Amino acid sequence: MSALLLRDVRLAARAGGSAMLALAFFAGVATLVPLGVGAELPRLARIAGGVLWVAAVLAALLALDRLFQADFEDGSLDLLALSPLSLEAVAAIKASAHWLATGLPLTLLSPLLGVMFGLPPRALLALFVSLLLGTPAVSALGAVGAGLTLSVRRGGLILPLIVLPLLAPAVIFGAGAVLEVLDGIPNGALGLLGAFSFCACVLSPFATAAAVRLNLGS
Amino acid sequence: MVFRDLSFAVEAGAVLSVEGPNGAGKTSLLRMLAGFLAPASGTVRLRIDGTALEDGEERGKQVGWLGHHDAVKPQMTVRETLAFFAMLHRGAGALEGAMEQVGLARLGDLPGQYLSAGQKKRVALARLWLCGRPLWLLDEPLAALDPAGKRVVADLIAAHCAAGGIAVAATHEPLGIEARRLVLA
Repeated sequence: MSALLLRDVRLAARAGGSAMLALAFFAGVATLVPLGVGAELPRLARIAGGVLWVAAVLAALLALDRLFQADFEDGSLDLLALSPLSLEAVAAIKASAHWLATGLPLTLLSPLLGVMFGLPPRALLALFVSLLLGTPAVSALGAVGAGLTLSVRRGGLILPLIVLPLLAPAVIFGAGAVLEVLDGIPNGALGLLGAFSFCACVLSPFATAAAVRLNLGS
Repeated sequence: MVFRDLSFAVEAGAVLSVEGPNGAGKTSLLRMLAGFLAPASGTVRLRIDGTALEDGEERGKQVGWLGHHDAVKPQMTVRETLAFFAMLHRGAGALEGAMEQVGLARLGDLPGQYLSAGQKKRVALARLWLCGRPLWLLDEPLAALDPAGKRVVADLIAAHCAAGGIAVAATHEPLGIEARRLVLA
């Protein structure tokens, strides 16, 4: 199992891989927004959670459409399906590799970007924790979409339409967790985000495997 | 419907050469044997050590697959590619031996993007050998290979079948070893 995880993370990290692209996109959006909105720190701090969460989801999405498609096109996916691993395990491992290559680096970078938005230290912590809890759900649900569209040419066009509505709760709760700290009014967003992410991570490998199985049989 | 009324059996140690014009269903038949496709009606049965496997996915775990895509990543070297699949199959054994056998001994550190079509095919052959599965399904195993490469294919199949394995190959050319023929119309 670790062999597949290692291979996928390596491929994402190497030249032409998707990890740097996602990170650069995330940092780019987060840098441009303050320029567009204006350097009024109280206002920036209020939108920081929402903007950084949306940027994180879109950045992770950039790396998603090739998650299964690249292996499908060069025949690797056939071999993975025939390997001793079950397709459910393959789906879970590939989603984990996607998180290690995109979600985790984005999370680690987020406090730095939060400072540019004038977030106080406790809100930075809330942002960091919300991304740490929530980005695994982005990878897990994204993998379902990637599995469904793996045989569709230009599948990258349909993928966001499938995945973005599913990820709306993560963005709402994630941004809510930051606002909770800023406003000082408890809203339980972090707990809901954790529950959402847990369910997504547990259930999605089965949905992903079903989608991949469907595509391999056609 | 690609084909109908098809019935055949292959014993341990035997080679079946599946022939027929383009579009006759050779690849579909192989994908059906591997368990990717379910037959519209009828069954595919694989007997191993007294147990009969009819479920597609159970059967798939016994299959060594050589498709017409080579599954060689441009960013990974030959050795990395083979080591990955060997680890996946928990048989990290004779990596160097397998590379020697298919004539890749000196190309181990070359990334996939610099390999020719024939060299990629050799990587796929080495992987097939390393995975150590009893049922080999080969889709055009001779395509893109030079005469020496074709001899390698014949030698590998012969060694595999001598050890009690089965090989089913879809091909347009003679395999270079004794094989039963199945012609799809």
